[in-house]
Amino acid sequence: MEMKVGIVSYGAYVPRYRITPEEIGRVWGVDGKAMSKGLMINCKSVPSPDEDTITIAVEASRNMMRRCSVNPKEIGAIYVGSESHPYSVKPTGTVVAEAIEAAPDLTVADFEFACKAGTAAIQTCMGLVGSGMVKYGVAVGADTSQGAPGDALEYSASAGGAAFLIGSEKVIATIDQTYSYTTDTPDFWRREGQMYPRHGGRFTGEPAYFKHIMNGAKGLLERTGSTAKDYTYAVFHQPNGKFPSRVAKQLGFGDAQVRTGLLAPIIGNTYSGAVPLGLAAILDEAKPGDRILAVAYGSGAGSDAFDIKVTDEIDKYAKGKAPTVKELNDNLKFLDYATYAKFRGKILLGGE
Amino acid sequence: MATAPRFWRENPSRYNLVGFKCNSCGRYYFPRRSICPVCHRRSVGKIEEVKMKGTGKIFSITEVHDALEEFTLQKPYLVAIVEFDEGPKVTGQVIDCEPNDVKIGTPVRATLRKLSEEGPSGIIHYGYKFVPVKEKAP
Amino acid sequence: MRRVAVIGIGDTEFGELWDNSFREIGIKAGLMAVADANITADKIEALYVGNMSAGRFIEQEHIGALIADYAGLARDNVPATRIEAAGASGGLALRQGFTAVAAGMHDIVVVGGAEKMTDVSDEESAMIQSSAADQEWETVLGATFPALHALIAKRHMYEHGTTREQLADVAVKNHKNGSMNPKAQFQREITREIVMGSTMVASPLRMFDCAPSSDGAAAVVLCPLEVAKNYTEVPVEIIGSGQASDTLALHHRKDICTMEATKAAAKRAFAMANITHKDVDVAEVHDNFTISEILAIEDLGFFKKGEGGKATEAGLTGVEGEIAVNTSGGLKARGDPIGATGLAQVVEIVTQLRGKAGKRQVKDAAVGLTHNVGGTGATAVVHLFRRV
Repeated sequence: MEMKVGIVSYGAYVPRYRITPEEIGRVWGVDGKAMSKGLMINCKSVPSPDEDTITIAVEASRNMMRRCSVNPKEIGAIYVGSESHPYSVKPTGTVVAEAIEAAPDLTVADFEFACKAGTAAIQTCMGLVGSGMVKYGVAVGADTSQGAPGDALEYSASAGGAAFLIGSEKVIATIDQTYSYTTDTPDFWRREGQMYPRHGGRFTGEPAYFKHIMNGAKGLLERTGSTAKDYTYAVFHQPNGKFPSRVAKQLGFGDAQVRTGLLAPIIGNTYSGAVPLGLAAILDEAKPGDRILAVAYGSGAGSDAFDIKVTDEIDKYAKGKAPTVKELNDNLKFLDYATYAKFRGKILLGGE
Repeated sequence: MATAPRFWRENPSRYNLVGFKCNSCGRYYFPRRSICPVCHRRSVGKIEEVKMKGTGKIFSITEVHDALEEFTLQKPYLVAIVEFDEGPKVTGQVIDCEPNDVKIGTPVRATLRKLSEEGPSGIIHYGYKFVPVKEKAP
Repeated sequence: MRRVAVIGIGDTEFGELWDNSFREIGIKAGLMAVADANITADKIEALYVGNMSAGRFIEQEHIGALIADYAGLARDNVPATRIEAAGASGGLALRQGFTAVAAGMHDIVVVGGAEKMTDVSDEESAMIQSSAADQEWETVLGATFPALHALIAKRHMYEHGTTREQLADVAVKNHKNGSMNPKAQFQREITREIVMGSTMVASPLRMFDCAPSSDGAAAVVLCPLEVAKNYTEVPVEIIGSGQASDTLALHHRKDICTMEATKAAAKRAFAMANITHKDVDVAEVHDNFTISEILAIEDLGFFKKGEGGKATEAGLTGVEGEIAVNTSGGLKARGDPIGATGLAQVVEIVTQLRGKAGKRQVKDAAVGLTHNVGGTGATAVVHLFRRV
């Protein structure tokens, strides 16, 4: 009998601090309101000085564990995808492993592929579970991405993450198919030791984001013999609110399908956390039988597409044991640019 | 100054709130100790490692303005003595709230955050801090 | 046990002594005490030195040997011991000296305390001072030393109704006393408004609620009571000594508004002296923070638990009050070179009992008390003195 691999549990975390494009624009002499409109971003999330990708990954993973009764010692693998791992050498995943008490009988590694490192981790866990190598795998996409001061990316680069427990028992949603489209395309990159990434301006559009997302989506739709109307929800990588809306339209998705997973307007671009958080927001309200198309994009470049079906198990799922994505957007605190710059380590401190 | 082993050794308590229960007298303690302060040698062999749930109440709280160097970016910040549901008390920062939101008696829960880092090239230390618990049940 | 007397006292000015090294200030105080006791070096049988953290402040350990050497006593191989109990280092050093003489081990000993705190930055100094608390479970988690005392103050205000004004009154009184003490670090009188308007350190404690960092040293000479009159006209007998410990971390205390160590040490000292708190005329207590004095006067038995603030507000602890507390100016105004503080308290009490305290003299002072605390109350040492 074919094992149905899928999502057993999920958890999300977004820091409570926000800053608006207007406030950023005010400092750099840019029309922030116009930026906000152009990007379809009302505000972006900012991590507190005591948060980083490790603490975000831990909280998302703990939220994931709170909602299920899986014994953490049965987790065989943990992969954390991010482009802002606190260490270049020393994994984020080991701290997560200790913090959810999965250590020591498991394998861990950190992933990097710009914004699709988290979904690449999901695919890896699918393989490990599906082949019987592990009983449960954890895939986390989390980031505390930075944009260079005054650069366009500063208006959107934000922080957040989501974790997924992949297994084959009591899955609340099956991942029926995954397809990836990958090329070597230098649209956005960051060299070792550099604080801020660089990008190719308009090159990041058509030849990068749109080409890979469209091919990823189309590739999956072909292989599953489905079209947009077969899906209840769709979520695409969201570096801003505009790009995924355009993709959705081009693929034939309506506002009702896309609305729930579109978080960029209120949290900005959480990079490796973007599609994972969008998927979490969808699962927060999905019903049995709902079908979800999720397509992540990572610069460099590639897309991961998933065909996900919600099961009856979701009605028994203890979602209330951890905050929903909506609840994570309550109790916000808006910052001025100076405090934001202090929090994000953009101010040169004396002493070192 | 490299202090990796000193911090690493306490991670089970700092990450996962591992304390202990003395099975000779039934009292809970945090953090770990070699013997129960009440039972002394009678407790040897009867110490059971126990994880605190992480929920508790604020016992006393202050807003720190004159901070140690590691905490410069967060000052002023709140520090409290928190009484765990199980009984033991601990000291820790209270975060993600305004000073007016919290006082003696406010329920809180533990979460993992960065405590400090040994400079830009050193080890990062993580441990518990406390967030106020919202009114409705999580 | 033999009876023991103080026959000589000495102390440097307390403050930022930029021109003087640790060795210089230690020796200065010792010389003054030895001169005051009218003894020659060959009479000194042992040295006891209280010091909290020379290893971090000036990167020097082995303080006993250092002081013996620079006191010129190493030539005669005089035994020298360094005693450490954070803020109680000085008081504890006194206890070691007292015990040695009482037990008949030595006849004449010199007990001193010294600290040089200003050779490091303020940040470094704060970190060093916070090592008196529980490093792993208080400091690492974000609690500074003042923050821990602020937590005590907050809870004391919550449980006993102590007010912000009453805390200020401790500092006001001590500055008033300091203005009458030529050796005090701060000799300026202050007002409630100045205290309550000063920079916030950790709510509710502000800058003027906290003792300063200081350089300084103090020393005393002890000998058996039976020969004391050979050296001084007014020997002062140490009639009681008590020491106690409590949990290192504040959050592990039975009641954070009570220093059980103070209570236990006081009980032991009073028992040894066969007197009660009612017999005490003048007391030097450990006011590194204003709240600490309030706890001290309660835990030493002068006032009921929770009444310390009211008593201070009512002036009951002034020079002319029911019990004169910190006539020297206390740690707050006289200064707090950590290892020296416990001995500076003894110098003040002996001065009072000799009738030599000038403007701040307590009338007919016959019995005095010193109270020295380490950390947030993990160590307490209490001594009782009587004019002979």
